[in-house]
Amino acid sequence: MTVLSLSKALNEGMRKAMEDDPKVLIMGEDVGKLGGVFRVTDGLQKDFGEDRVIDTPLAESGIIGTAIGLALRGYRPVCEIQFDGFVFPAADQIITQLAKMPMRSLGAIKLPVVVRIPCGGGIGAVEHHSESPEAYFTHTAGLRVVACSNPADAYTMIQQSIRSDDPVLFFEPKRRYWEKADIDTTSTDWWTPLHAAKVVRQGADVTLLAYGPMVKTCLEAAAAAEEEGRSLEVVDLRSLNPLDEPVVLESVRRTGRVVVVHEAPVNSGFGAELAARITEQCFYHLEAPVLRVGGFSTPYPPSKLEEHYLPDLDRVLDAVDRAFGY
Amino acid sequence: MTVDASRGAEAPPELVQLLTPEGERVEHPDYDIDLTPEDVRSLYRDLVLVRRIDLEAVALQRQGELGIWASLLGQEAAQIGSGRALTDVDMAFPTYREHGVAWCRDVDPVKLLGLFRGVNHGGWDPQEHNFHLYTIVIGSQTLHAVGYAMGIQRDDANAATIVYFGDGATSQGDVNESFIWASVFNAPIVFFCQNNQWAISEPLEKQTRIPLYRRASGFGFPGVRVDGNDVFACLAVTRKALEAARTGQGPTLIEAFTYRMGAHTTTDDPTRYRVASELEAWKLKDPIERVKAYLFKNELADQAFFDSVDGEAGQLGADLRRRCLAMPDPQPLDIFDHVYSEPHALIDQERAQFAAYLEGFER
Repeated sequence: MTVLSLSKALNEGMRKAMEDDPKVLIMGEDVGKLGGVFRVTDGLQKDFGEDRVIDTPLAESGIIGTAIGLALRGYRPVCEIQFDGFVFPAADQIITQLAKMPMRSLGAIKLPVVVRIPCGGGIGAVEHHSESPEAYFTHTAGLRVVACSNPADAYTMIQQSIRSDDPVLFFEPKRRYWEKADIDTTSTDWWTPLHAAKVVRQGADVTLLAYGPMVKTCLEAAAAAEEEGRSLEVVDLRSLNPLDEPVVLESVRRTGRVVVVHEAPVNSGFGAELAARITEQCFYHLEAPVLRVGGFSTPYPPSKLEEHYLPDLDRVLDAVDRAFGY
Repeated sequence: MTVDASRGAEAPPELVQLLTPEGERVEHPDYDIDLTPEDVRSLYRDLVLVRRIDLEAVALQRQGELGIWASLLGQEAAQIGSGRALTDVDMAFPTYREHGVAWCRDVDPVKLLGLFRGVNHGGWDPQEHNFHLYTIVIGSQTLHAVGYAMGIQRDDANAATIVYFGDGATSQGDVNESFIWASVFNAPIVFFCQNNQWAISEPLEKQTRIPLYRRASGFGFPGVRVDGNDVFACLAVTRKALEAARTGQGPTLIEAFTYRMGAHTTTDDPTRYRVASELEAWKLKDPIERVKAYLFKNELADQAFFDSVDGEAGQLGADLRRRCLAMPDPQPLDIFDHVYSEPHALIDQERAQFAAYLEGFER
């Protein structure tokens, strides 16, 4: 077992993928000598060279557009978007090209491109550095959208994403980058499929559905609720597109109550999709409406206010209380 | 500051030309080309055949068989000249108007119609022809082309990439980013801008205050303006630029100075935004007529040759029409095909639900 932070686990995962396949490339702003602003690519250029770890000009559309071209030539680019709010200049290439080109070619083209996006708040950053843009991309057919929540998943999911022949948007919870866990990097039997959700805490009364940075918050909420005699189940979705529906629905049918928790604004967020699917398929199992906890319908606030914007343990537990109120 | 967005029929002085509109062969110090009579006849044949493909497609659209068509009328020389400069291993990235380049890459013309008839979004295998799919979003493909060229570099292959775009596209961020990437990475790529003077109804003056080829110098690579209605010059200039790319000399921007004689697409009405005299002036520069004049004057072809090419064009047009009408409609469940390369639960679920729904009508 090795103790690794989430950022180091991603680094080790990419290193492994690059060792396994010479076609794997890393590209983005500052990913080379600096090792990325979060040091996620630290040391990779030194070991694999400038042709495989490419410091790019400062233009996000250019990063994704050229990655598409490299993939057309048989490479497997892993792009870093420096911060969530900077993915929007690349949105055109992601949505109109990366997502749709394989279908446009009737399957002749595969685009194994990974777009890594450090996402979410909680690090005291300035504007456009704390957003959760996942719903823009789960809405786009042709993309896979995944979010890791812990070092072990980070290590495996990044490798699985790189191996996937489909484009993958890979959301990294930036405020969890420095959290550590034991990872057995020598084992080969821990490969949970990339699209699979995980029940990370079992419970009987309420299902908390979360992904990325909110999984830890939900686990803390579940631990606190236990002291009050409530048994909360926590499901880490891991993959948003495709969604592992069977795992979600099975949990909901057992508990009858659901609280969805994400950092992104609740309005038209991914929680709305979960609520709709659950209502449609588990209507008679529900003891309460599907409740959502998330960001407000405002831009992400200045950092002095972010503790009020971000769902915390109390807001999750408040929603749990409401779920019991029906 | 010099403002020169010259768009009129007068040839700007820096234009590389090897064949005048009157069919006279002229020399250029930097762009010599040695063409056998057979080469010239072959180029002439290409020009005539792609014009016929285009005219047939316009007719098919007018008769309701295609939803829309983007005509290449007037741009045949730019496309055939540059397309015939490519080797088999070079890769071409088109917009949606490069029917002549597709012809040079041996893409079956009927496959071009699929997109415009609405049976698919591009029905050929880009790897088989080294001709990428048509790209509708303006300028997006320039970045794909540069990335592909960076792949060629990493493969150490003796090949180059060419990417096509119009004068309007030069205003796009992606095109400018592609210039930066290509320059910084010294990518083996040729940027081939067909300046046909009009981006739908927006004239060149709305895109630039300087000649487009001069943009290249600001990005750190050479730019050249070629007579886009001169197939010899387009061939010579593109050949040289591709060779520079292949031998590690980096990118070149070619501005093919030409004119879109038809509408932007069949939904467009050029009479609303341009004067008839402009079109009449450009008709005198027709890319096919000047090669024909050259062949005649130099007795490199007789009437029987021209008749035979016309006959071939007629057959090609008839064949294209027949095969367009015979193109099968896609099936409803095809909607779900090829969205992902690997299995995807939601797609499978929706396919099954829609199939069950459709079966409900058959009972």
